[in-house]
Amino acid sequence: MSFLDTLYSIINMSLLVAIPLMIVALAGMFSERSGVVNIALEGIMTFGAFFAIFFMSLIYKSSGLNGQSLFFIGIFIAIIIGMLFSLLHAYASVNMSANQIISATALNMFAPAFAIFLAKAITGYSKIQFPNNSFFIRSIPILSDIPVLGPILFSNTFITIYIGIAILIVSYITIYKTRFGLRLRSCGEYPQAADAAGINVKKIRYLGVVISGALGGLGGLFYIVPITGIYDATFSANGYGFLALAVLISGQWKPFRILLFSLLFGFFSKISNMTSMIPFLSNMNIPGEILSIIPYIVTIIVLIFTSKNSQGPKAAGEPYDAGKR
Amino acid sequence: MKSFKNFLLKISESLKNTFSKKPKISLGENTKSSLYAILAGLIFGFILMLIFVPQDAFHGLWIIFTGAFQDGNESMGNVLLFAAPIIVTGLSVGFAFKTGLFNIGATGQLTVGSFVAIYIGVRWGFLPGHLHWIVAVLGAILAGAIWGFIPGLLKALFNVHEVVATIMLNYIAMYLVNWGVMSTVFDGLSKSKSVLESAIIPKMGLQWLFPDSSVTGGFFLAVIAVIIIYIVLEKTTFGYQLKAVGHNKEAARYAGINEKKAIISSMTIAGALSGLAGAIVYLTGSGAHLVVQNLLLSEGFDGIAVALLGLSHPIGVLLSGLFLGYIKNSGFYLQRLAFDTEVIKIIISTIIYFSALSMLFKKGFKNPFKKNKKTGGEK
Repeated sequence: MSFLDTLYSIINMSLLVAIPLMIVALAGMFSERSGVVNIALEGIMTFGAFFAIFFMSLIYKSSGLNGQSLFFIGIFIAIIIGMLFSLLHAYASVNMSANQIISATALNMFAPAFAIFLAKAITGYSKIQFPNNSFFIRSIPILSDIPVLGPILFSNTFITIYIGIAILIVSYITIYKTRFGLRLRSCGEYPQAADAAGINVKKIRYLGVVISGALGGLGGLFYIVPITGIYDATFSANGYGFLALAVLISGQWKPFRILLFSLLFGFFSKISNMTSMIPFLSNMNIPGEILSIIPYIVTIIVLIFTSKNSQGPKAAGEPYDAGKR
Repeated sequence: MKSFKNFLLKISESLKNTFSKKPKISLGENTKSSLYAILAGLIFGFILMLIFVPQDAFHGLWIIFTGAFQDGNESMGNVLLFAAPIIVTGLSVGFAFKTGLFNIGATGQLTVGSFVAIYIGVRWGFLPGHLHWIVAVLGAILAGAIWGFIPGLLKALFNVHEVVATIMLNYIAMYLVNWGVMSTVFDGLSKSKSVLESAIIPKMGLQWLFPDSSVTGGFFLAVIAVIIIYIVLEKTTFGYQLKAVGHNKEAARYAGINEKKAIISSMTIAGALSGLAGAIVYLTGSGAHLVVQNLLLSEGFDGIAVALLGLSHPIGVLLSGLFLGYIKNSGFYLQRLAFDTEVIKIIISTIIYFSALSMLFKKGFKNPFKKNKKTGGEK
């Protein structure tokens, strides 16, 4: 393999992790900007991925449908399930003024346990097979011939990449250029003022959490699909929901910075799979476990540098108390 | 006769005083919300069983309630065996809560503690007699303490949120320990070697009560930890300072309390407790081995449930830890009905969710884990 091919495939692999990471971090952004901390993303990812894959495998078995049309059904299911599941968190944190971290922790524990329970009760196994290789895009005619961009974006990839880019742009516009975005941000900064200005804080926070659920479920599916054709719910989302939170904080709750940091984390989290391609790494014979901790250590180091002047939404994590106006 | 009456009056008065002085111990309403949460969890688990395995649902529920009596003294001993480590992780999470910190990293601290305990247990057979297991336990405590110290330091110096830092450290611990097990105490297949006989925590008399169970004196270590933490929190200036920081950081700083020191020491002690829990889990003769897999150990997360149900109070933690040990033991027997232990995990997570919703059970209930904003309205 030539040097250039190696480089392209490294970028390719990193992107397939970085994009779901970015989607989930954006999910967290919508929720936290509205004032609700959402560390349930790991559980939401698990649920989205599990149900989407579960139904895709059912549909595939019964009708033989596969390829992108099956994938779109999966995407739809992941979004719906993510929204429904996040409603539990929204109810606890908006209506019940519950401690948001505790309610989210409960959801994170619940999701994999329930998924395994369901899978075993219905199919007898905790692992589900689905035709993920039929979602693979080898190359797109014409576009894949573009130099540099062609091999990186338009060949050996999944449709997840393009949906991810679209989500990034739409999120940016929503947060900064729409009335809803302004309201969302005001509820996360100073909900009492937003309320006084006639904004329904509860409604906006519900929307924030539900959007976050939709993107979280989608991100979960997008994370699993390129990796494996057999999903085992035991491993939930492998901690990527939490990594996405770190990306969100490092990215200072801003969409394009989130993209930047998810690319960084995407690269580091795939480094253990890529040692064979990078000669100087494979010569050093570092054990895989040590390489696997690199993304987590990088996260901590980045957080050390970014946390001091953190510009997170001021009211995130606090239940709204109209009495404090 | 009259003096006796006076005596009784005096006692009742002093009792009244002690209870009115410490509203946190007269748990009353708060205990009620914990009980409702438990009830909600059990009902939800039962409904799930009814939907998916209706023929076994009632039998399943019966086993959950009577699990401790399925195999006589063995299963009763096993309740203590399961309860001991989660009491200690519950103590760990609860202790950090008191300083306003959420130690979601109990599982990582427990993992490193387990590894050190097993390493010493397998490799340091040269230590004589009782010294072996004592050193193994102390090693685990130290390892856990270091793993708790790191996020404490990061929080105090760099304002890194402890939730994110400890989660990252959980995964780092998991991979490091997998590597450590494989390169030092690997049995060649999938897990760590069994620890030497001398490294197993002695039964300390429990063998007379539960001869068939592999319960160890780890339960007593857990009870000792509960007592020590109770004394530290309720009877010492240091504990008061920690709680003050948890209630209101700014006010504590104004009162001259070193808030950074409090954060670091709180996390370190929490870590040490979780490390101890690791030793308690793996220094038993019951075939507890660290399995090399990319999965976080569940005892740490159970600790969160225990701390919540026990309202972070050491005695409450002891009771709720026993309760969780009880239903975890039942989960073991549920497997006979082809249920998986997942049912128990679902019940536990539902309990956590509902205890977060405690407002549902009692309007105006003050969440003890929330940063204190208003204190009015509660007597």
